[in-house]
Amino acid sequence: MAQIAVIAKENYPLYIRSTPMENELKFHYMVHTSLDVVDEKISAMGKALVDQRELYLGLLYPTEDYKVYGYVTNSKVKFVMVVDSSNTALRDNEIRSMFRKLHNSYTDVMCNPFYNPGDRIQSRAFDNMVTSMMIQVC
Amino acid sequence: MKAPLQNLVSTVMRPLFTPLSAAFCLLSTCSCAGEQNLFTSIYPRFPAAPREPMEWRRSYGRAPKMIHLESNFVQFKEELLPKEGNKALLTFPFLHIYWTECCDTEVYKATVKDDLTKWQNVLKAHGSVDWLIVVVENDAKKKNKTNILPRTSIVDKIRNDFCNKQSDRCVVLSDPLKDSSRTQESWNAFLTKLRTLLLMSFTKNLGKFEDDMRTLREKRTEPGWSFCDYFMVQEELAFVFEMLQQFEDALVQYDELDALFSQYVVNFGAGDGANWLTFFCQPVKSWNGLVLRKPIDMEKRELVQRREATLLDLRSYLFSRQCTLLLFLQRPWEVAQRALELLHSCVQELRLLEVSVPPGALDCWVFLSCLEVLQRIEGCCDRAQIDSNIAHMVGLWSYATEKLKSLGYLCGLVSEKGPDSEDLNRTVDLLAGLGAERPETANAAQSPYKKLKEALSSVEAFEKHYLDLSQATIEMYTSIGRTRSARLVGKDLAEFHMRKRSPQKAESYLQGALKSYLAEGWALPVTHTRKQLAECQKHLGQVENYLQTSSLLASDHHLTEEEREYFCQEILSFARGSADSPGHKVVLPMHSFAQLQDLLFDPPNAVVHAGGILSLEMTMCSQMPVPVQVDQITVNVHFSIEKNSYRKTAEWLTKHKTPNGIIHFPAEGSPLPAAQNSLPALELSEVFERSPSDNSLSTAGIICRNVHMLLRRQESGSSLEVPSGVALEDGAHVLKCSSVTLEPGANRVAFRTQAKEPGTYTLRQLCATVGPVWFVLPHIYPIVQYDVYSQEPQLHVEPLADSLLAGIPQKVKFTVTTGHYTVKNGDSLQLSNVEAMLVLCQGENRAVIYSNSREESHTAVFRIQSSDKVTSIGLPATPAYHVIEFELEVLSLPSAPVCSGESATLGTPEPPRKQKDRQRGAPCMVTTDHKVSIDCPWSIYSTVIALTFNVPFRTTHSLLSAGTRKYIQVCVQNLSELDFQLAESNLVDTRDTANLQLTPLNVPSPQHIHSKQSVFFVWELKWTQEPPPALHCQFSVGFSPASEERLRISLKPYTYQFQVESFFTLYNVKAEVLPPVGAEYCRTGSLCSLEVSITRLADLLEVDRDEALTGSDEYFCTKLMYEVVDNSSNWAVCGKSCGVISMPVAAQATHRVHMEVMPLFAGYLPLPDVRLFKYLPHHSAHSSQLDADSWIENDSLSVDKHPDDQLDCSSMRSRGSVYSASSGEHKGLPMPRLQALPTGQVFNSSMGTQVLVIPSQDDHVLEVSVT
Repeated sequence: MAQIAVIAKENYPLYIRSTPMENELKFHYMVHTSLDVVDEKISAMGKALVDQRELYLGLLYPTEDYKVYGYVTNSKVKFVMVVDSSNTALRDNEIRSMFRKLHNSYTDVMCNPFYNPGDRIQSRAFDNMVTSMMIQVC
Repeated sequence: MKAPLQNLVSTVMRPLFTPLSAAFCLLSTCSCAGEQNLFTSIYPRFPAAPREPMEWRRSYGRAPKMIHLESNFVQFKEELLPKEGNKALLTFPFLHIYWTECCDTEVYKATVKDDLTKWQNVLKAHGSVDWLIVVVENDAKKKNKTNILPRTSIVDKIRNDFCNKQSDRCVVLSDPLKDSSRTQESWNAFLTKLRTLLLMSFTKNLGKFEDDMRTLREKRTEPGWSFCDYFMVQEELAFVFEMLQQFEDALVQYDELDALFSQYVVNFGAGDGANWLTFFCQPVKSWNGLVLRKPIDMEKRELVQRREATLLDLRSYLFSRQCTLLLFLQRPWEVAQRALELLHSCVQELRLLEVSVPPGALDCWVFLSCLEVLQRIEGCCDRAQIDSNIAHMVGLWSYATEKLKSLGYLCGLVSEKGPDSEDLNRTVDLLAGLGAERPETANAAQSPYKKLKEALSSVEAFEKHYLDLSQATIEMYTSIGRTRSARLVGKDLAEFHMRKRSPQKAESYLQGALKSYLAEGWALPVTHTRKQLAECQKHLGQVENYLQTSSLLASDHHLTEEEREYFCQEILSFARGSADSPGHKVVLPMHSFAQLQDLLFDPPNAVVHAGGILSLEMTMCSQMPVPVQVDQITVNVHFSIEKNSYRKTAEWLTKHKTPNGIIHFPAEGSPLPAAQNSLPALELSEVFERSPSDNSLSTAGIICRNVHMLLRRQESGSSLEVPSGVALEDGAHVLKCSSVTLEPGANRVAFRTQAKEPGTYTLRQLCATVGPVWFVLPHIYPIVQYDVYSQEPQLHVEPLADSLLAGIPQKVKFTVTTGHYTVKNGDSLQLSNVEAMLVLCQGENRAVIYSNSREESHTAVFRIQSSDKVTSIGLPATPAYHVIEFELEVLSLPSAPVCSGESATLGTPEPPRKQKDRQRGAPCMVTTDHKVSIDCPWSIYSTVIALTFNVPFRTTHSLLSAGTRKYIQVCVQNLSELDFQLAESNLVDTRDTANLQLTPLNVPSPQHIHSKQSVFFVWELKWTQEPPPALHCQFSVGFSPASEERLRISLKPYTYQFQVESFFTLYNVKAEVLPPVGAEYCRTGSLCSLEVSITRLADLLEVDRDEALTGSDEYFCTKLMYEVVDNSSNWAVCGKSCGVISMPVAAQATHRVHMEVMPLFAGYLPLPDVRLFKYLPHHSAHSSQLDADSWIENDSLSVDKHPDDQLDCSSMRSRGSVYSASSGEHKGLPMPRLQALPTGQVFNSSMGTQVLVIPSQDDHVLEVSVT
């Protein structure tokens, strides 16, 4: 059970994918709320040099049932991942590498000349990548 | 002899305890052989605290620490020594000290030695190597005894006997009760030794303990291993570190235990269960929360020790210890963070281990724990610290709020009716699980326990506590800028209020949350919150707001079809229900109801004449899930007149406006970037300002028509869901469409209107009414306009082709724009006839009639009646604002172009051209203008139309001579693009001279003349008697376009009149170049002779009678001037090149001239030209056409010279022009004049002759030019 969200610089969702679907609304609320912490972390690291900046924000906040992790690109696009707390197999390193994968795929989407930055992501390649990631998580 | 002092004193070493950890007193005993009295007497003299810290070096490369040591002394007992397998660390003495005062060898031997041996044996038996022997020396004693050995000897003996190789294990303390410096020194040495040994012993024991502990941990896979036992062992280590004030190390012990336990739980979840863990899986029976007020919760510790602890007990105890240590370390915020993690993981672990937990029990536990942690932290921090670290605590607050909420729902405290019996039973069960309040807080006014108990006790109390908690959380979130989190808590609060049937309290929270979600474009939360808000508004009776929210929800695709239909029905039922009460209307924004997709005008260019019908088809995409019957759809139209603008004239409008007529409206964006949607789109339009005097553009710009909408202050408090005052415009101009059913999806709505006043109409507002509900689109953007114009009737006549050709039938297009005039039957155009232009009426005439927008067209037959003066064109009946187009054939009669026949000498008579044509180099057609005056039925004034016809041909003539035979050549050049057929060429003498005959030498058949090409005609001129001085000729040729087989009318031939003068040959000029005498050929560079003979061919003729003629009666003479010119520079004329001769006017009179010329090049050279002029005397008033004055001047030709004298033209001048530019200098002086002889009068019989010139022999250089 997980959710992967890509959120624009202006904090609107570019891409949200959740499994299972019944909890979608809850996930949306959760991801939206997690932006608070993302903002906090971004402003805290605002002073650091760009190239030294760690993109991975770590655990944003835990809840009883889920763990919310964050990642922010240099262009302030946020990736938020919600995983089930009971999934103990996922350590920091796994999450980190998943984010990196997500970032790469997102970069590919941005490289598509037919994609307007700021539009919702509808790339099939991105979708497939997220699907494979979801399978890995669940 | 004194009885041996078996009183043993133990030394207890203990670290300096902080008051909190004083609960544990750890003893380490030291045994001392010797007198109990001795120790008792010395003990008070032990230097008091504080003692300087000792450096504690540690094994395994751990960093050394500075610690304080304090010792305690107990009497030695054998039982105190640790037994084999002991796991305790602090319950046995670390160092054993034997005290003796003995200074007598005898005594030593007798008692002390034995005693020492016994003591040592006991120690050895227990494997203890940490011992010390203290020999106390007393000067007073020494004096009293006589048989005293030197004191060293006793010490030496002891050292000898017991301390083999460990001499430092025996120390001397001299005069401990005195105050001398020696005493002091001795004390210091002793204490240092004592501490060093103590620390050594401690380190050794600790190392051993740690090793043992590790060994025990490695055995954890063995079946009998118990976590609780291991817990107690490692905790002992933690205690020791805590006592040594090494809190960090102490904390590590607990963290390791924590991690170990967590790992076991995880492994258990993965199916790798440890036996001991099943014990922790017993059902949860008590949920009284964390206890953090005591440093050590002995109660729980005992449970662990007895292996009776539940998972919650263990976790609670572990955390309480971690909390204590963290607080020692001044890290209260870490406590908060760890607490949240702990609570989460406990919940997870219980779930993982499938522990049965009564519903609500965990909520209670978490709630109590959260508050306990918070109170604990608040207890040890001041306000300012707390305020700056809210971020760490707010999570706990929020968690507590959440838990209290779920407890409230569980226990029926949130429902309107209050808890039922089942809820009450559950509440009682939950409260029972809390147990009794702990004694620490029993007397406090506030405690988590009291709070929970009170909150669960009644609906009111719950509400109070829940609201307090929620408010506090929201405030905290807001204060640290976590607005989204605050919104979420607020939404929970709103839900609670809704449950409590107080929607007025819920509304603001919902609005706030909705605003935040809208602003950031989160569609699902928007939908969900909106749904809640709808319910809230419904309860509040906010009709408009509710309807608006409903319309938004009905169009929301994130909802299910049923939900959407429900909200749609809400609107419709309201509309039906209040249909009876007119006057009241609810204005809602249109975009949620339907969206304008595109708009189609008919006529497509959105231009309609006054009185015309304009229809407008709109595609509206209904967002509603069901078909909606709309009473009326109206479009408010704004009317404006721009009279002075050219852009609003009928011509411009009908021609320039976009013809497709479809205006697409941008799709209303999904709620993505909400910030952009919140503002209305810019309504931009261009403005031009023209200066009133000459209508030239003075300024151009763009204005924004809705700037008042864009620049108004953004009211911070205004909600997005409140209809933001949609201003209804009440325009006089409205397009209406009644009773429309809008199906879901695209609908086409058609409007029809009759255009009235001319001007520009801008569509402003779109409004759909369903009963009293008005859905209004306040601004239609992009701007949609249609124009209404009125137009005066007009007539245009223009050639169908680029230009009209004279002489053949040509088509002319008549365009009648009726404008506001309606053409009735019988209306006609009256053309006043022009003589030279015929209007050809043939058979049936058809006119095409179409509307101004050129959509429909039909043809009508019309009649043309011609009389002498007037041609009447009967127009077909046509409605207003239509265009009648028809074509007429006109024929411009070819008028003979007036040829400038004055000078027959000129080969090309200049045709009369228009001024502008003269500038062009290419030959141009002669034009003829015809002005036609037309009377139109709509006007009392005549329209004058000028038609210009081009004459397709240009004709030139020339006179050709062969001796005395004469030919006339006429060249017809076709200038037009058409091909013609020429026939029946004819040349006649118009004067009809009797003895003159013109014999054609032409091909008789019709001839083709192609475009841009010429045809030549030649006639030989023969005469029998003396020819007339001038001949007037008329050339005529019939022509017709080559493409057309037959023309319906016969065309007039093309004529050309010209005059030929002085065509009879008077002189024959013959030139001959002869090689030098003796030579066969002319050579370059050598002089040759040029013989010119001028022969008169006729006797005196009429043409000779001019000023040059001299003489009388029979003998006449005329003066001629010859000139030899070689313009091609082949020859150099040596000597005179010109001269005046007197020529007798008689047939066969010959004049010969001899000249020297030199060929400059080899080859066949044409002869130099010989020119002949008439030499007129100066007194002639007749002006010459030639500018001969300068010539004669330049040649210094004297007029008074003898006429026979040959003019001395300066030699070698022939290469340059003999004409000089100097003129006017001698104007006024009487000068002789030259007149060129007409070409017909001189025949050059040697024209075209060539002379062979060979190169000179000594010319070695041969010039060859290759091109």
